[in-house]
Amino acid sequence: MKKEWKTQNEDGSYTVRTCGWSPPGDHPVGCGMKLTVKGGKLVKVEGDPEHPITNGRLCVRCLALPEFVNHPQRILSPMKRAPEDRGKDKWTKISWDEAWDIIVPKVKQLKEDHGAESIVVFGGTGREACLYYYPLGFASLGTPNVCYPLSGWSCYGPRCSITDYILGAGYPEIDFAGTYPDRYDNPNYVLPKYIMEWGKNPLMSNPDGFFGHSLIDMMKRGTKMICVDPRITWLGTRAEYVLQLRPGSDTALALGLLNVIINEDLYDHDFVDNWCYGFDELKERVQEYPPEKVADLTWVSAEKIREVAREFATNKPSAIQWGLAVDENPNGVQLGHAILSLSAITGNLDVPGGITLGPPAALLGKWRVETRSNLSEELWDKRIGAKEWPALSTAMATTHPDETLDTLESGKPYRLRMGWFNSSNFITPTCSAQPDRWYRALKSLEFNVVQDCFMTPTAMAFGDIFLPLPTFAEHDGVVVTHFGRNAVFLGAINKAFETGDCKSDIEVCIELGKKLHPNMWPFDSVEDFFSKQLKPELGIDFNDLREMGVYQPKYTYRKYETGQLRGDGDPGFNTVTGMVELSSTLFEAWGDDALPYFKEPPYSPFSTPELFKEYPLILTTGARKFTSFHSEHRQIPTLREIDPWPEMEIHPETAAALGIKEGDWVCLENMFGKAKERAHLTPTIHPKVVHATHGWWYPEKKAEEPSLFGVWESNINTLVPHKHIGKLGFGAPFKQMICKVYRVDSLESDVGFKA
Amino acid sequence: MARNGLLIDYQYCTGCHSCEVACKNEHKIPHGKWGIKLTEVGPFQVTGDKWEWNYIAVPTQLCDLCEDRVAREGVPSCVLHCLGQCMEYGPLDELAKKMAEKGPRVMMFAPVV
Ligand code: SF4
Ligand code: SF4
Ligand code: SF4
Repeated sequence: MKKEWKTQNEDGSYTVRTCGWSPPGDHPVGCGMKLTVKGGKLVKVEGDPEHPITNGRLCVRCLALPEFVNHPQRILSPMKRAPEDRGKDKWTKISWDEAWDIIVPKVKQLKEDHGAESIVVFGGTGREACLYYYPLGFASLGTPNVCYPLSGWSCYGPRCSITDYILGAGYPEIDFAGTYPDRYDNPNYVLPKYIMEWGKNPLMSNPDGFFGHSLIDMMKRGTKMICVDPRITWLGTRAEYVLQLRPGSDTALALGLLNVIINEDLYDHDFVDNWCYGFDELKERVQEYPPEKVADLTWVSAEKIREVAREFATNKPSAIQWGLAVDENPNGVQLGHAILSLSAITGNLDVPGGITLGPPAALLGKWRVETRSNLSEELWDKRIGAKEWPALSTAMATTHPDETLDTLESGKPYRLRMGWFNSSNFITPTCSAQPDRWYRALKSLEFNVVQDCFMTPTAMAFGDIFLPLPTFAEHDGVVVTHFGRNAVFLGAINKAFETGDCKSDIEVCIELGKKLHPNMWPFDSVEDFFSKQLKPELGIDFNDLREMGVYQPKYTYRKYETGQLRGDGDPGFNTVTGMVELSSTLFEAWGDDALPYFKEPPYSPFSTPELFKEYPLILTTGARKFTSFHSEHRQIPTLREIDPWPEMEIHPETAAALGIKEGDWVCLENMFGKAKERAHLTPTIHPKVVHATHGWWYPEKKAEEPSLFGVWESNINTLVPHKHIGKLGFGAPFKQMICKVYRVDSLESDVGFKA
Repeated sequence: MARNGLLIDYQYCTGCHSCEVACKNEHKIPHGKWGIKLTEVGPFQVTGDKWEWNYIAVPTQLCDLCEDRVAREGVPSCVLHCLGQCMEYGPLDELAKKMAEKGPRVMMFAPVV
């Protein structure tokens, strides 16, 4: 990429090169773009053809960036509100100094009177905040309680933890030539023959920073797809195979595939003999899952299971990309274990064109881990749910999310008194299960700080202080794909202009940190901070990164052969046995089965047949659209013009039987809650399954309580129960609930959104 | 002068809408109007596991093939931003040759006379 990252144009405007990361947008995808600014205002967004991964391509969220940046409802200065006015639109603008003068003494007083553990930081998913909400908690505020309020920690965390326990490595990802500047043409690169997409639709979701349309790049070059999905997606219509399974039956399917591969002797003997532990036990276990039995459980025919198992095992290299469906499943640890076993015994781990593995330590992750040194052993032990859930708390530095709700409700083992909401709008149906219950429980907090770009339902309900966040276009930063756990590049986020009086996550961390724990924050500026992260690890400073545009680390294949996966430098994997643990020593130590097994979802035609009579449809939620990132973007006219309303998908036969037509508003309801969405009839979904989108609220609706921007109207997460999680504390049933569906009056005139 | 056009290999059009918004940005087209607009065919089952489901972006009379922009930067806005990288711009005769080498799902548009 060119060295100049800022250029002056003839008409007086200037153009800044940058890489994107929400807010607003997405996971750390870091798409390359050029932002043109005139008279202090963002006037143009263009893709950057020089970017090695995205080559100029941009999704509609960044193409609509000027509407987000210049939106009349953006909050551009800090605000305060009296605690008795929570839920009312009674905010007063204040300066940052005044905000600190309120926050700092309050934090000090709470720590003195009740201990630092009485403060909890809530962090939102996917946004830049993901890198900073831990340090914000540990080193700026000094609390051990940092919470990602998603039941069962059901996003990314489980997959990372399972990988840690089974492989002792960073995140597994398709080899999409991401670290090669010349990409797919690099002579060391081999194209995957098959990619199995398991419960994932990267075209829309760009998961964890994987640029989703890389799949299209590879398909054009000859890669074939296998989709494991309860819906036939657009990608599914371009796939070689679609395994359209019953939601939540995934682990049975994975064990069925393993059964065929092992019994038909299609596995990689060399890899299994040299690098795997527990193969005989796994072989014995999969005998319980013959394809015919699995077909009954999953709705996928035995014939297809056999065919896909054979194709996948005999076409090397191939890759599996596992999705959120692995996490949002109380049986998900076993599913993840089975998928990693499939990847391992077919010889596809850490080979060209297979599945790449990150090193055990995250890129630029050292500092984040070290911020924990600010907490005494005694304080760290007070982390909510750490003792009860060792499998979760060993790998994740957070509280246990479900235990956190219990603590808010019960005041046990101690009362939480202050909440800091960092880019987390979780009474909107984004991550929490039973957001209505969280909503009631959160009222017990004495003092709340919210950081966001817009007034959200969560901020309106709870904020006492609102601290405005800049968009990625308005501050300096670093974007690292896969949150550093198997990064294909680091990109410079360059401040192109300023809007209002906003401070980025890292600016807030440093400023607050200097006031409360100055020894943890020896940085003069944001630039100095990033240079101090980059220099020891990569030998470059922040300015070098700006001039490079992106930095692609070198990737080494077969690291287990050369000792690069282990701290001691011995060959093998960084696990207890030094091997890929097909049978897990740790799961057993934590009281679970050492081998993968299938368990029915908590509510299903088989586990609750009586309830299923009343709620006769299987509900799966959370598939993404191009036009939003969870609850972001609902106020952006261009994006609402494309997707104006929350959409649920239903099979035309099922709809006909219920008297539902295309575009009708319907209510999805079960024993836990209900939500209204607009029906879209499609034959690509199974007649017994419905899908509902998440993340909906209506910025155009009344802000004050009880409306809170209509947050309870289409709140699909109210149908998902609290603490129905797996034995090790991971995984909740967001994608395999039951419900009924009936017609209701349209919400459209009521809400009154005009695109 | 040879006419130019757009070639769209809709085997790889994922329905991402980037062309629509990129075009609106380039030409300041208001809501409710488009220089190029996605259409959808399907989804319907053909036989067994075979499905038909296509997105096809269709230029309108507001499309001027990015005349000014192409003179300046060489490539239309929709073509640069297309996530599926399934759009090509060029003289019709060249596009026709390319079309013959592609699969069955391919379309050519010549919106400017
Ligand atoms: S994926 Fe979309 S939102 Fe994210 S950086 Fe790329 S263009 Fe922007
Ligand atoms: S060529 Fe230009 S004007 Fe025509 S559809 Fe594409 S972006 Fe719009
Ligand atoms: S930008 Fe390309 S892939 Fe996206 S909808 Fe338009 S033609 Fe299709």
